Amino acid sequence: MIDDSQRDSMFELFIFETRQLLEELEQELLQCEKTNQIEGSIDAVFRIMHTIKGSAALMQYRNISELAHAVEDLFFILREDKPQQLDTPQIIDLVLGAVDFIKDQIACAESKQAVDGDASSLIATLHQYVAQLKAGDEPVKEQNVMKETDNPGPEAPGYEAVIHFEPGCGFEDVQSFALINDFKQYATAIRTVPESFIDDEDGIHLIKSQGLKLTFQSDLDMEQLKTVLEKNAFVKEVVLTCIEDEGKQTVKSKPIIDLDGEIPQPVAEKETKETRVSEPKTKQSNGEAGVKQSLISVNVNKLDLLLDLVGELVISEAMVTRHPELDGLPLDNFYKAARQLRKITHELQDLVMSIRMVPLAATFQKMHRIVRDMSRKLGKEVRLNVVGEETEVDKNIIEHISDPLMHLIRNAMDHGIETAEERRSKNKPEYGTVTLEAKNAGSDVLIEIRDDGRGLNRERILEKAKRLGLLTKDESELSDRDVFGFILLPGFSTKEEVTEFSGRGVGMDVVVKEINEIGGAVLIDSTPDVGTVFTLKIPLTLAIIDGITVRVGKSQYSIPTTSIRESFQMKAEDLITDPDGNEMIMIRGECYPVLRLHQLFNVHTEVTRIDQGVVTMVESNGKGLCLFVDELLGEQQVVVKALPKYIKKVKGIAGCTLLGDGSISLILDIPGLIQMMTA
Amino acid sequence: MAEILDKDIEMEEEDTQKGKYLTFVVGNEVYGIEIRYVTEIIGIQAITEVPELPVYIKGIINLRGKIIPVMDVRLRFNKEPKEYNDRTCVVVVDIGEISIGLIVDSVSEVLTIPDEDIVPPPQVNKVQNRYIKAIGKVGNEVTLLLDCEKLLNDDEVAALSEI
Repeated sequence: MIDDSQRDSMFELFIFETRQLLEELEQELLQCEKTNQIEGSIDAVFRIMHTIKGSAALMQYRNISELAHAVEDLFFILREDKPQQLDTPQIIDLVLGAVDFIKDQIACAESKQAVDGDASSLIATLHQYVAQLKAGDEPVKEQNVMKETDNPGPEAPGYEAVIHFEPGCGFEDVQSFALINDFKQYATAIRTVPESFIDDEDGIHLIKSQGLKLTFQSDLDMEQLKTVLEKNAFVKEVVLTCIEDEGKQTVKSKPIIDLDGEIPQPVAEKETKETRVSEPKTKQSNGEAGVKQSLISVNVNKLDLLLDLVGELVISEAMVTRHPELDGLPLDNFYKAARQLRKITHELQDLVMSIRMVPLAATFQKMHRIVRDMSRKLGKEVRLNVVGEETEVDKNIIEHISDPLMHLIRNAMDHGIETAEERRSKNKPEYGTVTLEAKNAGSDVLIEIRDDGRGLNRERILEKAKRLGLLTKDESELSDRDVFGFILLPGFSTKEEVTEFSGRGVGMDVVVKEINEIGGAVLIDSTPDVGTVFTLKIPLTLAIIDGITVRVGKSQYSIPTTSIRESFQMKAEDLITDPDGNEMIMIRGECYPVLRLHQLFNVHTEVTRIDQGVVTMVESNGKGLCLFVDELLGEQQVVVKALPKYIKKVKGIAGCTLLGDGSISLILDIPGLIQMMTA
Repeated sequence: MAEILDKDIEMEEEDTQKGKYLTFVVGNEVYGIEIRYVTEIIGIQAITEVPELPVYIKGIINLRGKIIPVMDVRLRFNKEPKEYNDRTCVVVVDIGEISIGLIVDSVSEVLTIPDEDIVPPPQVNKVQNRYIKAIGKVGNEVTLLLDCEKLLNDDEVAALSEI
């Protein structure tokens, strides 16, 4: 009955939701830790754990749901009894332990491994703590509370609710069961119509067609009940009515409909409309719910597909409007229409790109946890300062920067920040500060990881570089940036001892590799005893760029417009050649190397005299380079595609793209070329 | 349900593909590759050269929006290069996750070669044999059956393309 695709989407949703909840939970806990007060977060933690418990049970991950249940128990006591003596740090540790366990299990589930981690020790610790709390408090009060929730007073008003699930959500029976189970904590004397539905085709059919009808008693008011019911997965709408006597219904707090006589189906439908009308009010009063409903989560693969399609559309738009057969025809109206088409395609493209933009906040938030754990283990007090977390980058890029950031922060804390005594002797505050800052810079995003630690030791790095035989130039010729750049090389670690977190010399080169993979760069600045700044320069997006197409022989290359400074024709006498055969040109008092693309790529061309072709000056990282090409063909938005995997990496080529006529042009890797020429 | 049906069809296809080989001519020899690797056969088209590649990787082509590399099988086998003509074909194969076009002199036919007609290649201490997985007998003629994975993932290729 439940086919694979349905189960898969449920599974995906579960993973996604649980991840999000866990992140939220972590934030909440870290917030508590800062203020050392847990009271404000009890409800949030309780709610999150409750949701996780429910969904894990639905997915049949017993260990997760049992653990979540144990945490829930603990927070239940906290919420209901409000014990006076609270060991906040211990509670936070316990919950974080549980969070880590669930995270692990989810990772297992995601990689299709068995979700069978043993949570019993965690659960036992939690139970123990709960018992401790209970013992500390008067037991009488506790019982009272239990009684109250279990057994609302006889005057509790009765309600009837009809719950409709989203069409096609799948296994309505299980959904209903989960819903009722959840609902038991808010209401008593729950009766359902149909009475049995688990594995009962008729029952399920009834739920599908007429919704699940519940009659119950509860102390909560209409609004509360509605929110409680609506928060369940896949609930499309809830129609809630108050019953005063058996069989007779009136709608409180709503315009009264004449309900005399028996209550046939049509009237119920009228009521449905009534409640629907009042729904916006509920939303207003509960802003959070309103926001939730205006967001949907979409599978990233679908977005990737959409982007691909839009990319194809951009190309075919160019194919049509620049079709060679149109040449020389007087087609004013056609071009008018074509311009409109172009405008819309570009708007569409911008929109798709903006859909894929995600703020860095979530990635930055994760770092709080890292800093916390590290400062505990290292015994250094470190504060994390986050700036510019609202900066947005492409989803694909975000995935690549989380690990490097984590690594750099660990490094900063382990190696950069001194111990408290050392800091005191240097007249610095005892706690270290790591600042994580993101900002936009043109088509790039800069992410800085700043620490106020001891800074990098130029002498020690040089010494090590010498020992490893990495020095190619004279020491005095190397700028600070060059020297610091050595620590990014594989196997380079100045730290003698290896700690749990860093010092093995693996890592920094991984950081560089990851960042390079997305077309970014890593820069290092450091001042002794003031601190070190790692700057990650990453492109805003990978997918679509403005490019100038140039021709060399029969080949076409695209140069990203953002890196082009100017293009001009050069006189032969302006060319300077040094004894090694390197060509250079002097422009406005500065000397730039000249790179002949036909030589670099070994392409046959007729244009070899410097005054025959065009020189394009490109720039990256403040360094310039002049490229010699045959001619410029024009500007076009190009969709960046990776080279086929089989070809792997070619120096100087960042990718390829399809041009309007369907031919392929190679995209030049300008930073790579400049590095190659100036290194 | 639909998925299950699809799977069934796939299974059947798997079976019907068994023992079938696409044969093509390079120089004087007839070569065969298992039909399950082949996705399509297209005529020769404009190839974009990519620098720094081994000579037998001629470049990349645009296959309806998908960009795939093309390999000249002639050059791969160290034979003399030959001008491409209207008989020249690109056989697009999917091996593992890699799609690649193989440029061959001409494509002949699809043959069924039963297992009993396939013999291992003779043990000669020459490197030339490394791309041949087996030899199929069809009537009086022989077809050299290619080992696609070796054709692509030779250490030599890896070494060259990492430059």
